Amino acid sequence: MSSMFSQEVPLELYLLLSAALFALGIVGFLIKRNLITVFMSIELMLNAVNLSFVTFAHQWHQVRGQIFVFFVMMVAAAEAAVGLAIIIAVFRARATLAVDRIDLMKL
Amino acid sequence: MHLILFFLFAGFCLAGAINLLLQSHPINSALSLIVVMTSLAVLYLLLGAEFLAAAQVIVYAGAIMVLFTFVVMLLNADREERTMGSRVWRAVGFPAAVVILGVIATAILRSRELGVAALSDGITTTEDLSRVLFHELLLPFEVTSILILIAILGAVALARHGHGEPDGESEPHGNQGRTGTK
Repeated sequence: MSSMFSQEVPLELYLLLSAALFALGIVGFLIKRNLITVFMSIELMLNAVNLSFVTFAHQWHQVRGQIFVFFVMMVAAAEAAVGLAIIIAVFRARATLAVDRIDLMKL
Repeated sequence: MHLILFFLFAGFCLAGAINLLLQSHPINSALSLIVVMTSLAVLYLLLGAEFLAAAQVIVYAGAIMVLFTFVVMLLNADREERTMGSRVWRAVGFPAAVVILGVIATAILRSRELGVAALSDGITTTEDLSRVLFHELLLPFEVTSILILIAILGAVALARHGHGEPDGESEPHGNQGRTGTK
């Protein structure tokens, strides 16, 4: 009982959670057949890496790790905007979102 | 208290991520991803990153996921079908992901010098963050704004209906095209 209420969590748990989320993102990237869901899996992997950054920023008492996460968020926002625009363009050209049918670079 | 909060929200994270994989409809996957991102914001707060917790909710759970749900509804995406490729990747992908997870987990567990996180650690205030960001990293910050500007222009150019046409008014024409394709 006292260990349950001890105020500390080992940072390994945070890193393991981050690794698990990253692995789930990889699985989603591989098994999902919908273009939008594949894109969501990439966002999940980005979030998992962000958790690692914040954990190490806490470990070494460095602000830089958190600033790196800030930049990753900005790039992810830009990436989501452009990626979803590409998905809309692909859907207009092919009228499908199944990744198996979108196997050519040309529209 | 920290331990309870950690396990609660780590459980939400993992449940949301697994639910993202199990759902076949994209809108359900998007809602699960919102659960993951909001739980991650709480975990950031537990690690003392208050600004990032707020930014996670605003940028990820707010802006990016609204964009996702908007596109899912705009394209009228229906249930995904299971295909041959998906079964092959299911056979290959699961062992590969388990191996990657195992490698990372052993690397983490073998490092012995990691510390602990507690509620009494104190938080990195927004002031600390912005002092470094605007004094030492001002140029990368400004370059980021240029990146976002380019991304906005690229998104408008890509999503415009019939790009390549000499059409100045992209936004109303694009909306008409989208409703027209439905």
